[in-house]
Amino acid sequence: MALLTKKDANLIIDPLADNNPITIQVLGICSALAITAELKASVVMAISVVFVLGVGNVVISLMRNIIPSKIRIIVQLVVIAALVIVVDQVLKAFAYELSKTLAVFVGLIITNCIIMGRFEAFALGNGPWRSFLDGIGNALGYGVILIIVGFFRELLGSGTLFGYPVLGDPIAKTGLYSIGYENNGFMILPPAALIVVGIIIWVQRSRNTALIEEN
Amino acid sequence: MSDKRLTIKKRLHIIKHRLRGNKMAPAFSALHTFLFTPDETTHSGGHIRSADDLKRTMNMVILALIPVLLFSFFNTGYQHYAAIDAASGAPRVLSLMDNFLTWENFWLGFTLVMPLVIISYAIGLGVEFIFAIIKGHEVEEGYLVTGMLVPLIIPVDTPLWMLAVAVVFGVVIGKEVFGGTGMNILNPALTIRAFLFFAYPTWMSGDKVWVHGAVERTGTPDAISGETILGSLAQNNAYDYSVSDMFFGFIPGSVGETSAFLILLGGLFLIFSKIASWRIMVSAVIGSLVMGLIFNGIVDMGWIGANSSFYSLMNFEFWKHLIVGGLAFGIVYMATDPVTGSQTQKGKWIYGFLIGFLSVMIRVFNPAYPEGVFLAILLMNVFAPTIDHYVVRGNVKRRLNRLKTATIYPRTTDGKAEELKAETV
Repeated sequence: MALLTKKDANLIIDPLADNNPITIQVLGICSALAITAELKASVVMAISVVFVLGVGNVVISLMRNIIPSKIRIIVQLVVIAALVIVVDQVLKAFAYELSKTLAVFVGLIITNCIIMGRFEAFALGNGPWRSFLDGIGNALGYGVILIIVGFFRELLGSGTLFGYPVLGDPIAKTGLYSIGYENNGFMILPPAALIVVGIIIWVQRSRNTALIEEN
Repeated sequence: MSDKRLTIKKRLHIIKHRLRGNKMAPAFSALHTFLFTPDETTHSGGHIRSADDLKRTMNMVILALIPVLLFSFFNTGYQHYAAIDAASGAPRVLSLMDNFLTWENFWLGFTLVMPLVIISYAIGLGVEFIFAIIKGHEVEEGYLVTGMLVPLIIPVDTPLWMLAVAVVFGVVIGKEVFGGTGMNILNPALTIRAFLFFAYPTWMSGDKVWVHGAVERTGTPDAISGETILGSLAQNNAYDYSVSDMFFGFIPGSVGETSAFLILLGGLFLIFSKIASWRIMVSAVIGSLVMGLIFNGIVDMGWIGANSSFYSLMNFEFWKHLIVGGLAFGIVYMATDPVTGSQTQKGKWIYGFLIGFLSVMIRVFNPAYPEGVFLAILLMNVFAPTIDHYVVRGNVKRRLNRLKTATIYPRTTDGKAEELKAETV
């Protein structure tokens, strides 16, 4: 890759799999449980976090030498809050219906541990370009899991994908429903997200045994 | 080689030794031990010789379930035909010989319940075999009892594919991820029941599912009712079943839970064969009676009026809770699971008491969960290790205190000398 050195490329690739914020570091679980009942919400959440974390990491990285260490948490919160408000306003302006379904969870990006974690662990000690890549990488790692979970929960729970009925109409009994299939109400409930995330962790660790912790 | 003179048993032993180290060895070995006593002997250490290994223990529980299963064949058929009669305006009068123990009832029940049993065993054991082959360990017997319990605690009209999905979920998430039989936190049969309940609530609750045919006849002129006693009470409606109907089980409900009488017999069998803990059963009964009495007391004190939505359930005589719904079945066959229950003697009393107490509480306060017993047992499964922990801690503390106050005799290397000394002092 001409654009990125190998070291830089790893900043993006690592969080996608072997150092995933959700499945390996087990951060950001709360939002992964709350909004993944629909695929659309998962995708919007993923994009929002990519934006907030990518830009936020750059901003913090640029300011890293002038932030007094005693008040750095407050400064970080101000940066996140400002970016989240931007996301919220954009959603309200261009996707009002969606912003209503996401409701409070966009605002709660502020409390997403992944964002604060990356500011603290990476942006405060690295240059803007590398911080940007790190932010994009981690947010994508988070988003990938969100989308996988959202895909299974919406498909099995509601029989739709992005709101489009892929398995047939449950009321008119077409498609799969005509042979007696029914939606799995359990997949709509938050515990199902926990179980799906658990299964993803299980699959990931059995494919790459180096990730299994020593007892 | 005079292979001809070898018995089947001997030949199987030979095949087994040939397969050793092979990928399929666990699967073969499981079939072999199921049919014959294995020829392996332990090589080291001291062991107690006993006839009842895990497999025999499980078989005893299945033996205790057989009467319940047979009764369920008749009752499933009887409830179906009785509901049809009731809908046509000529309610049946129960007569054991004339219209209960009939071939017609048995055959209908048999054709409805046996597929549930077969699917439960086929899918559950299939998952166990696959896991044993992947992980290369012996197949565990844990599913033998679960496979029989599952068809008995679900409504008779549960679609087979739903049961299959739930069994896969229950065995994999409820048991295998924790390390297999003996390592699970939650009772697998109840995990399967809970999954079905939350995934497909329309098939697991309401007033239609408990009698065969009630769902498919909805909206047609042949419509029949499948309301259970608890369901009627939750809506403040009257029910017309006598106490003996409830006790002997001629009422609608999940496949095998209706007959408190046969469950009681099974429970006594399990207690006398020392398979199940009588402490858990007794304390669970006490717990449910206490909660029932509290509710009766609330009604007697006039704290709650007849217009309250809880009135009928709270006014239900406290001892009747034990003979309707799944409470008796849960107490005898589910709460006493040795893996997921409390292990300490005192812990068993607390564990059992809370199961009975919470079951009746859930039943009354949340009419959407008339089968509160399965939630109560799952909840207490989670707390069982905590209960045991504090019982053991309490024991250690008490004994340390005793040690502080006791006279301590000088320690000698010879145990005998110490005894003599203790006597002479």
